[in-house]
Amino acid sequence: MGFEKFGRVSFTAQTKAGAFVEYLEKGELRGTRCRSCGRVYFPPRADCSFCLSSDMEWFKVEGQGSLVSFTRVNYGPTGFESDVPYILALVDFNGTRVFGRLGKDVPEEQIAVGMIVKAVTSTLPGGQISYEFLPV
Amino acid sequence: MPNDVAIIGVGQSAFVRGYEGSIRELAFEAYREAMKDAGISNSDIGASIICSAPEYDKQRSPSGLIAEYLGLNPQPTFAIETVCSSSTTGIRVAYSLIKSGLHDIVVVLGFQKMSEISSADSQERMGRGADIMWESPFGTMMPAYYAMHARAHFARYGSTEKDLALIRVKAAKYGALNEKAVYRKGVELEQCLTADVVASPLKRFDCCANADGSSCLIMASAEKAREISQKPVWVMGLGSGTASLTMTGREALDGLNCARVAAKQAYEMAGVGPQDIDVAEVHDCFTIAELMAYENLGFAEPGKGVELIREGETYIGGKIPVNVDGGLLSKGHPIGATGGSQVRTIVLQLRNEAGDIQVPGAEIGLVHNIGGVGIYGNVIILGR
Repeated sequence: MGFEKFGRVSFTAQTKAGAFVEYLEKGELRGTRCRSCGRVYFPPRADCSFCLSSDMEWFKVEGQGSLVSFTRVNYGPTGFESDVPYILALVDFNGTRVFGRLGKDVPEEQIAVGMIVKAVTSTLPGGQISYEFLPV
Repeated sequence: MPNDVAIIGVGQSAFVRGYEGSIRELAFEAYREAMKDAGISNSDIGASIICSAPEYDKQRSPSGLIAEYLGLNPQPTFAIETVCSSSTTGIRVAYSLIKSGLHDIVVVLGFQKMSEISSADSQERMGRGADIMWESPFGTMMPAYYAMHARAHFARYGSTEKDLALIRVKAAKYGALNEKAVYRKGVELEQCLTADVVASPLKRFDCCANADGSSCLIMASAEKAREISQKPVWVMGLGSGTASLTMTGREALDGLNCARVAAKQAYEMAGVGPQDIDVAEVHDCFTIAELMAYENLGFAEPGKGVELIREGETYIGGKIPVNVDGGLLSKGHPIGATGGSQVRTIVLQLRNEAGDIQVPGAEIGLVHNIGGVGIYGNVIILGR
């Protein structure tokens, strides 16, 4: 339990990677690294598919990232109707890719592939917790 | 080229909005047409493979129900699912059942009654098409994912919204000629470019037409095909690949790697290359998907796919006619039925029975069918 606190709408509560939410609450975006082979994962995983180890540690996703792609969504699925429009984005943090949303207040004409952003944690209506990308 | 398995019968229901019947009756429409085409009876069939995306079905385990309605008891039946590419995955399984010698004749029946569930239920399921732990919580939709692919393709190669609109104009031209298509109106370039934005840069006409429908293929061993059929179409090559469901696991968003992997396998197995393909059906769930397919199938170099559509090379009479039945964009996209419908179009082309949309002298055809946003990719090469 606990993972249901992540995101605008949660679809699942149970995962062995649930500490992700506790880190978000501390203002940290973290992925996992396999202690056995060093493989790095975002989104975080409990198990390493390369060496089959489950001995993982948490690392911080920090610094500046580059916008890989984005879209302004005008029609959302159930539960997101009041959010539209919003901008979904994929960002590359030095080889670690993170999927999420760009901050609501970023002017659309400013957004372009290659734009430099940082990831910050955010609290959503209803006490849900998430992260978003903001221009640097 | 392998000549071990043939398609000896094809059928398809009309693709429509709000089919006025049950899923069993919808399935029967394609089945009857395919069985009449093959000229065989129920007792000739060794097994049936039923393909649909179960989130749209109210009936639990529909394969049992449909096999009963088609008159295919007591033969084995089972479901195969890879979302939008379910029925070409069904073909892959049918091929192996026949080649192994387990069965001589296998039915691949694809169907989807998209209107079986309410629009609200459908919207709810749409949100769960992504990784529900890590991506769905942000409000993802199929159009949004393909929109991100479009944006990445634009940024890398200089393709434009107008290039995508040209693809829809082509689909609509041919959809108007296809009496089984759900969308039979022409679409003007300007209409595409000024339509409602769904997920930028994709607009209303960049998105495929929702439809209910069914498709059916009768596949047979070489021995049976030669015995029964005057016009077998041979499975020359099969390829199948996958890619990560999460976008974070993809190397780039300007193409679909599952399709590249599948195409390479299919070309190698068939002993042909992209230059040998006379007519193709590609998975144009969105216009950008067709543009990426040109490149991922090798019809154009990466980044050069736009030249094919700008110069009209994917129209009949061009270098490589693509989706001349209207494609998913205009013919419609009843998820589980789509791959089988694409194969049917190619089979009719290779038999010179495609009517108004016949590509003269077509001998080798290709089908590209994608499940999810490039999670599953199937490529099938057929020859006469």
